[in-house]
Amino acid sequence: MNAEPQKVRLATVWLGGCSGCHMSFLDLDESLMDLSEQVELVYGPLVDAKTYPENVDLCLVEGAVTNIENLELARRIRTHTKIVVSFGDCAVTGNVTSMRNRIPVKDLLTAVYQQARAPIGPQALEVLPALLEKALPLHQAIRVDVFLPGCPPVPERISAVLDALLKGQEVELSPPLRTFG
Amino acid sequence: MSRTIHIEPITRIEGHAKISIQLDAQGRVADARFHVTEFRGFEKFCIGRSFWEMPGITARVCGICPVSHLLASSKAGDAILGVRTPAPAVSLRRLMNYAQLVQSHALSFFLLSGPDLLLGMDTDPAQRNLMGLIAAHPEIARGGIRLRAFGQHLIRTLGERSVHPSWSVPGGVRSGLNAEAKQKILGELPAMFTLVDQALDLFKDALDRLKDEVDVYGEFPSLFMGLVGEDGGLEHYDGRLRIVAADGKIIEDQVPPENFPELIAEEEEPWTYLKFPYYAPLGPEKGMYRVGPLARLNVCDFAGTRKADRELRQFRHYCAPGKPVNGSFFYHYARLIEILHALERIEELLGDDILDARHIRSRAGVNQNVGIGVCEAPRGTLFHHYQVDDHGLLEKVNLIIATGQNNLAMNRTIKQIAQRFLTAERLDEGLLNRVEHGIRAYDPCLSCSTHEAGRMPLHLELHGADGRLLDEAHRA
Ligand code: SF4
Repeated sequence: MNAEPQKVRLATVWLGGCSGCHMSFLDLDESLMDLSEQVELVYGPLVDAKTYPENVDLCLVEGAVTNIENLELARRIRTHTKIVVSFGDCAVTGNVTSMRNRIPVKDLLTAVYQQARAPIGPQALEVLPALLEKALPLHQAIRVDVFLPGCPPVPERISAVLDALLKGQEVELSPPLRTFG
Repeated sequence: MSRTIHIEPITRIEGHAKISIQLDAQGRVADARFHVTEFRGFEKFCIGRSFWEMPGITARVCGICPVSHLLASSKAGDAILGVRTPAPAVSLRRLMNYAQLVQSHALSFFLLSGPDLLLGMDTDPAQRNLMGLIAAHPEIARGGIRLRAFGQHLIRTLGERSVHPSWSVPGGVRSGLNAEAKQKILGELPAMFTLVDQALDLFKDALDRLKDEVDVYGEFPSLFMGLVGEDGGLEHYDGRLRIVAADGKIIEDQVPPENFPELIAEEEEPWTYLKFPYYAPLGPEKGMYRVGPLARLNVCDFAGTRKADRELRQFRHYCAPGKPVNGSFFYHYARLIEILHALERIEELLGDDILDARHIRSRAGVNQNVGIGVCEAPRGTLFHHYQVDDHGLLEKVNLIIATGQNNLAMNRTIKQIAQRFLTAERLDEGLLNRVEHGIRAYDPCLSCSTHEAGRMPLHLELHGADGRLLDEAHRA
């Protein structure tokens, strides 16, 4: 007798973004309940796993790569994941997160932290991950398998992509589902 | 020898952060710190852009409460135009704000904290999440999803999309609400009221079960701040600032929100991207204040709607008469009462003909060089402060975000929890999750708080008195 069919191991990751893409994912509303029968959520802001696990089938990555920690996590995701989805415009293009790119990091920090006590200098770097000079779209850090644009991608778009991937099909978004913003 | 415990990443909260706990030579908890590890820099990179773009850009500070940024930014824009925003536009904006309150609070209560409250602080971490909740209590999970969906759908009905609607603009809003949509929403309301009632029952059960936790989750005196109406009632869109002290005395009242720079100063620390606002006249030690649902219910005289007022009277039994409710665990309760209030207000607004009026936007150019926009975001008072040149290009941007204002209190809370639950320098699962839940009670939105972004993973580090790393825990 066969055991329950193996669930797809799904991870969702939030790098430098606003979590709006994750909110749009939650906007799948009650379809989340059906989804829970097909997938096991193994990592992400909604679950308690502390380290990105091995053998992940599918990972939605929200946000641009903005600091060293993001970069390390992105690489770990690539090594341990079959299909990596660039989830939303920040991951696909850098979007709003990359609006800081024309300004040197030091100027950014000294402008925002006017007392310049925080979080600048060696003590800060002991606990806080160093910022990259520029926020990168995900595919500039690692190889990406599927691009899912939108700021955020509307739930219909997300479910079109998840449906295809869960059925093991190629993802082909129709032109109206391919827009940015 | 002392040591530090690090918890990283903190999960099921809205942002990137970690916690470290510092032990003294006797192995007792000396201090605890909440580190926000994400930075995006909106206050700098928006300089030089037009204030017209700001509602759209700053909504991207946060996907969980984009409507708050949209509104605070539009209101700052209203002030720059120096026009009167048409009353129907104000009602429509209020409507969207209440919709967001419902969705954000439902997300926090059911989907993020629900697993702790309903499955227990010590359940297997692999199950203690939304999917575990769906498996164990499908009806409760479905209820939470539906309540959140109600808020999101209302936002979408008004602004075409549920996340980042580009709908509110300086001077008003872009579109109204048609009769058919109104009826549809009204038709859904009764079921939503039932869902909140059920959630209130669930919470009160949890309160009895979790007695140990309730007493140490941020149970300490502090100031509380929030907006109130002219009559002292609960207010989320307009209103004036009120600050209440731990003994229940009102120490600031009816302060026009644009005077906030006189009330609030900010500290910075090298170990976090999140600043530490405090009540300026009392300094950073004594000036610790809390904002958000708990604070709003503590500062207001009444809610002003029937069901919420009834519940508010019960809520006030959890403190001495005339005093604020101090325990941060009651943020959960306050959230549910606010959902109830928001639903009642939505019902009221939908019954008001003013929504049918056509004039929903005032047009003008730059008439003032400074604009301050304030509203109550789900997590607390949100300030957008802009200075523009005569062409409307930004010269200065300052955003003060709810979660930042709770920063001092969050640090204090995790210290309190660690002191109570850390035994023998051991990092057990129960401790990890309790410390995290202490943070979760505030429903911190670190996307917002650092004007940046993030999810909150957790990693716990234990450091000795000499600063050496003694132990580390990652929850697998
Ligand atoms: S793409 Fe848009 S919604 Fe998604 S993280 Fe970026 S700013 Fe937020």
